[in-house]
Amino acid sequence: MTTGSPLLTVRNVTKRFGGLVAVNDMTFDVKEHEVMGIIGPNGSGKTTMMNLISGALPVTSGAIDMRGHLLSQAPTHEIARLGVARTFQLVRVLPGLSVIENVMAGAVFGHRRRWGNEARFFAEALLERIGLGAHRHQPVSSLTYIDQKRLEIARALAGEPAVLLLDEWLAGLNPTELQIGMDLVASLRGEGRTVILVEHVMDAIRSLCDRCVVMNSGRKIAEGAPEDVLSDAEVIRAYLGDE
Amino acid sequence: MNGKDVQSLTAIVVCIIAAACFPFIADGYWMSIGVTAMMYMALATSWALFSGPTHYISLATAAFFGIGGYLVGTGMSDYDLSFWLMMAISAVVATVLAALIGLATLRLSGVYFVIFTLGLAEMIRNLVSWVQNNFLGSRGLYVLTDFTDADIYWMLLTVAAAVYLLGWLINRSRLGFALRIIGNDETVARHVGINTAWSKVLLFMTTGFFAAIVGAIIAPRYSYIEPNLVFKPELSFLVVIMALLGGAHRLWGPIVGVIPFTLLWEAISISFPNYTTLLLGLAFLLIVYFIPRGLIGLIEDLVERSRA
Repeated sequence: MTTGSPLLTVRNVTKRFGGLVAVNDMTFDVKEHEVMGIIGPNGSGKTTMMNLISGALPVTSGAIDMRGHLLSQAPTHEIARLGVARTFQLVRVLPGLSVIENVMAGAVFGHRRRWGNEARFFAEALLERIGLGAHRHQPVSSLTYIDQKRLEIARALAGEPAVLLLDEWLAGLNPTELQIGMDLVASLRGEGRTVILVEHVMDAIRSLCDRCVVMNSGRKIAEGAPEDVLSDAEVIRAYLGDE
Repeated sequence: MNGKDVQSLTAIVVCIIAAACFPFIADGYWMSIGVTAMMYMALATSWALFSGPTHYISLATAAFFGIGGYLVGTGMSDYDLSFWLMMAISAVVATVLAALIGLATLRLSGVYFVIFTLGLAEMIRNLVSWVQNNFLGSRGLYVLTDFTDADIYWMLLTVAAAVYLLGWLINRSRLGFALRIIGNDETVARHVGINTAWSKVLLFMTTGFFAAIVGAIIAPRYSYIEPNLVFKPELSFLVVIMALLGGAHRLWGPIVGVIPFTLLWEAISISFPNYTTLLLGLAFLLIVYFIPRGLIGLIEDLVERSRA
């Protein structure tokens, strides 16, 4: 996999919630066209890290920079416009809007903004591409769980983001759905998209990620290719504890 | 602009012309009900511009309305200023106040927002009363103009039409789409790139602006203005009830709610003048419980069911 120059740089980022340090002095780069995984045991600060990048939470200290724009100083909507799109750990579709309108939400207000028929056609093409074309005029409540998750990805992609954040996007899927989900992420990778994913499914990490950052108790304990970090002694200890 | 747009615009214009003819056929009694109904149409429609899509229930209508009525009263009575000038000033003051309330309540949602707006409206009422009684002398404010009921009716119709057309334009704009997304999930709205603060404050300012203008226009009808009269909190509740009765999720919903409720309220005020608050609460409960999506929602559901 060819990777380009760093697109997103995270430098000494710390997030405190009162006395709890959820993210502690994290530093890493995400290169263009790279799928990077953030992994680690439960409570290690992965989702908080995602929330800091997408601006759902403000950083306590440190800097997150994308193409010369300081994301860590920008409000959430500004970060989205600069090109960071995300899905949520607990799927968040817009229940009062139709399937196509959910995707248009991303197309109208995202990184690359469209309006009117242009937004509608773009959203239709995306739905087709993601396998939801037949459902476009249905209410979202009629969608299955995996389809709601697909819809969320379509909404995130609709703004043509520079980087896509997937927060445990594969969690809660049954084995068949999991395969569909992994194929979808693999196809995003094939398109050369830059993706950061937080994931517990080891198969997905091995087959999808170019590189991984491993977190434990808010700190980075390893970084590198998936097979290397997953055989790292400290990473194994973090997941399984001492013998 | 497509064929459907031309159709709906034509329907709007026809309705406005029809409504403009009402004073020619109505006698004094019906004219007075017409003025009341038109006042609530303008208020409820502008209230729903903000609260309909976002689901933020504002009870601050009386504050903006009161600013309109009170400033017209003070300006004309104490400073000999013209009605039109005071109407313009009150609109500006109410818009600025709405901006401040909007900015202050950005982090509040649900019931906290409701309570804040109600409390704030009450605070303004008491503050104005206190200033009036202690510093400006407790003598009343007289608003004397040559306006007839028909003049007031036409002015209110103009405002209602302006609100409606503005709402129609907003619904077809990015801003309208943004508000619907905010009403669904504000977190998602921010993460798809919507400046939620700006969208909400802008719409709240719009409702404040129009409520003040309505308050100013209706002031000559009272002749005698007193803070407790124009800042009456009951008005905020009536506006919410009428909008909900019609259905706040459609632009024309509030209008559908205003006509039956104005008539009902007129009957209640005549027959049970001592129980109005009780019956207001009862009406509120019944509407929220039995027709949560309003008369329009009821019709939409029936149409849906007959198709299925």
